[in-house]
Amino acid sequence: MAGKLTFQDLILTLQNFWASKGCLILQPYDNEMGAGTFHPATTLRALGPRPWNAAFVQPSRRPSDGRYGENPNRLQHYYQYQVILKPAPANVQEMYLESLKAIGLDPALHDIRFVEDDWESPTLGAAGLGWEVWCDGMEITQFTYFQQVGGIECDPVCAEITYGLERLAMYVQNIEFVYDLAFNDQFRYGEVFHQNEQEFSAFNFERADTEILFQHFKDAEKQCQALLAGEKALPLPAYDQCIKASHAFNLLQARGVISVTERAAYIGRVRALAQACCEAWLKTDMGAYKPRFA
Amino acid sequence: MPDLLLELFSEEIPARMQAGAARDLERLVTGALTDRGFLFEGIKAVAGPRRLTLAVTGLPAKQGDVREELKGPRTDAPQAALDGFLKKTGLTRDQLKVEKTAKGDVYMALIERAGRETPQVLAEILPELLPKLPWPKSMRWRPSDPVRWVRPLHSIIATFDGEVVPFSFAGIQSGNTTMGHRFLSKGPLTVRRFDDYEAALKKAHVQLDAEERKAVIAEGVKTAAFVHQLEMIPDEGLLNEVAGLAEWPVILVGTIENQFMDVPAEILQTSMRTHQKYFSLRDLNTGKMANRFALVANMIAEDGGKEIIAGNERVLRARLFDAKFFWDEDRKTKLADRVDALKGIVFHAKLGTQFERVERIAKLAGEVAGKIGADPKKSERAARLAKADLTTGVVGEFPELQGVMGRYYALHDKEDAEIADAIRDHYKPVGPSDAVPAGKIAMAVALADKLDALTGFFAAGEKPTGSGDPFALRRAALGVIRIVVENKLCLPLAVSDDLLVFFAERLKVALKEKGVRHDLIDAIFALGRENDLVRLVARVEALQAFLKTEDGTNLLAGYKRAANILKAEEKQDAKTYTSEVQDGLLAVPAEKNLYTALAKAKAGISPALDAEDFSAAMRQMASLRGPVDAFFDDVKVNDENPKLRENRLNLLASLRAALHQVADFSRVEG
Repeated sequence: MAGKLTFQDLILTLQNFWASKGCLILQPYDNEMGAGTFHPATTLRALGPRPWNAAFVQPSRRPSDGRYGENPNRLQHYYQYQVILKPAPANVQEMYLESLKAIGLDPALHDIRFVEDDWESPTLGAAGLGWEVWCDGMEITQFTYFQQVGGIECDPVCAEITYGLERLAMYVQNIEFVYDLAFNDQFRYGEVFHQNEQEFSAFNFERADTEILFQHFKDAEKQCQALLAGEKALPLPAYDQCIKASHAFNLLQARGVISVTERAAYIGRVRALAQACCEAWLKTDMGAYKPRFA
Repeated sequence: MPDLLLELFSEEIPARMQAGAARDLERLVTGALTDRGFLFEGIKAVAGPRRLTLAVTGLPAKQGDVREELKGPRTDAPQAALDGFLKKTGLTRDQLKVEKTAKGDVYMALIERAGRETPQVLAEILPELLPKLPWPKSMRWRPSDPVRWVRPLHSIIATFDGEVVPFSFAGIQSGNTTMGHRFLSKGPLTVRRFDDYEAALKKAHVQLDAEERKAVIAEGVKTAAFVHQLEMIPDEGLLNEVAGLAEWPVILVGTIENQFMDVPAEILQTSMRTHQKYFSLRDLNTGKMANRFALVANMIAEDGGKEIIAGNERVLRARLFDAKFFWDEDRKTKLADRVDALKGIVFHAKLGTQFERVERIAKLAGEVAGKIGADPKKSERAARLAKADLTTGVVGEFPELQGVMGRYYALHDKEDAEIADAIRDHYKPVGPSDAVPAGKIAMAVALADKLDALTGFFAAGEKPTGSGDPFALRRAALGVIRIVVENKLCLPLAVSDDLLVFFAERLKVALKEKGVRHDLIDAIFALGRENDLVRLVARVEALQAFLKTEDGTNLLAGYKRAANILKAEEKQDAKTYTSEVQDGLLAVPAEKNLYTALAKAKAGISPALDAEDFSAAMRQMASLRGPVDAFFDDVKVNDENPKLRENRLNLLASLRAALHQVADFSRVEG
């Protein structure tokens, strides 16, 4: 395999690639979230008529996926590389395939396939149609045409491309244990993150104070609703609170204190917040199309 | 005659939707063409990962002349209605005829249109029917355009007799170019008709027809496996799926690492199938699962597939590593020690946990075992362990391996082999083509499992409805029926009335497929809610055989006549005739004969039924045919003498009662 990019080179290559395609290169959002889709640059910007092309790395937290650093590829904290293109260009699949070439996956040597996989996020009230992209039988990317976010129809439709960076790097570097990944020439992934996985797994499953978390959830929900009420709604800060509520819920899930029936109710509460934020966003200058910013 | 070629080229169409889309397109085009008076020689649609293609052959260059009569409004309808009709038909008032109908005088329009040029008509109908293609799930992708397709559509070929049929759909202007394989072909291909289109695509590494792709895959796997003295483990579902994932299937063979080969074959196979879509291979001679797999790529790689195989092997290693981990972990806890954990799994909100269910099944399995000659203790044990594998890692990962894994773990725990088999087989039969369990213990547990579900859900008010059967109760009932009937088990169903009726309904469906008349099942079932299925079936079969004989047909006619007379007279007299026939009042020889014959037959039918010799019971009935016929020939039932009349009605009632011992003939049709 040509080059064998280090983990950080992989990220830099994708950044350069998508920058060259006209994407804004944003930085990760400073809030804990389960996936890059929660980044307001995706959730909110997917709505409304304004064109939007952005790419960014987003640390993704999945508290329940913690394995105390012992599983070869499961992590409670990992990186997604997310590209959001609105409206979806007609050649978006070709652009994506070009990006694979850029990171050393030559389609002439590999078997690249688009296998049906529709995406749905009950917490965001979002859904789309698309594929998981397979490279030699391995899922390396999620590719989605958004149809709905926050219960609102997307028009124009945007394309979301989500690369699982660790998985992709493991493939490119021919590595079977995530902690063995070369982060750069000196550091292994494990040197950077193994202790984090151990400590956070213990936090997620054992130590996180559930009373505090329940309170966090309630507070965030209350603050979110307050920010959206009245004449002068503030959808961006409100949406931050929605993300916080979602993460508190994920931690509570990991702590095993939410029953199956309660689970649906909590998801419904987060969705209600997300929907309200999205609706408020559409009434703002950036959410709606106002020529003076064009 | 000229041909139509239509190709809809899009981004990757889900494999599961391709065949249906081809069928629907064929149906829609056929409908639209015939509606417009076109006759054609042939039509065929094919589908693949990126395109849906349709060819119509022998389509005339010109539409046939159309002549149709349209019914308009009544002559006394408001002017607006008439104006509308004139506008619609493009005629004037004096071109209309008036016709008298039951609803009054109405205007009729005779429309005669000379047939138009076919391309003109096609350009009109194609863009109209494309939005009607019913994708199971479709999407929007064009700004401010509600048009939907399964994935973004990129180009359309529409040619008739080699020339483009111009129209536009979803912002795309139809033309005569397409693209070949995503990676193995460059640049657009220009085509004229289906023949050169198909050839050009083949050159561009696109195999259009799913059936051909399937054949290529099946043959390719066979050849590749044969090199290693192996063969494919048949898997039609997987074959269909992978044929929808490659435009140019290329078969490659990879190796499973030896460290995984002591993992049960079912786990390897399921993991390879569900996660990776690989075909499992087995030894040609021994049938043993081999340490190789066949994968279907969509690529002729420059290195002959080395990287692709290596990549797939690596992915598989990670998958099997997980599976092996579960398998090793699972065996550290005995199945028997897992039963308690079933308390944490809810079976159904109204029916409690899996633990409670297992307790019920165990008790029931013990009882059933006693009746069908299985060991009750072992059956109870098997039932208690039957669901324990639901708590294992492997079944958590692959739910379809429930039962199969239970057997492995039971054997590992040194449980009795029959118990282990029963754990695996108690879900059987899982479908109409699946066999019923073979062992007695497995039968006892399978019956208990299904009966518990049926009684439980019926009691909880969760009966299947016309539209839904979320708990697969029909399948469960049919399973019970098949196990009992195919093994000729003597197992009266001690269940509620409504459940027994449900069983009878299922039995009708099951027997109907074997050519048994449903009304005969009703006729037997009506007698007393027969709850012994084997006996019920035997009686129905004997009855059906009897009714096929001449005696049977005539006796049935006689019965119907008697029953009709009784019905009419009983209604008129407002009483039912059930009294004893009085010997002394029998005036005519024919009624005396019937009386004697009836007494004899009755005496014969009861013991035959008791002995469950249903053919003998039928023979006894057959003996009544002659006397019944003679009775109706010679005897007038409604005699002027009320005493004679009453006695004769009692005689007919006695005939009815005798026959009802065997079947309720009033429910027999014909």
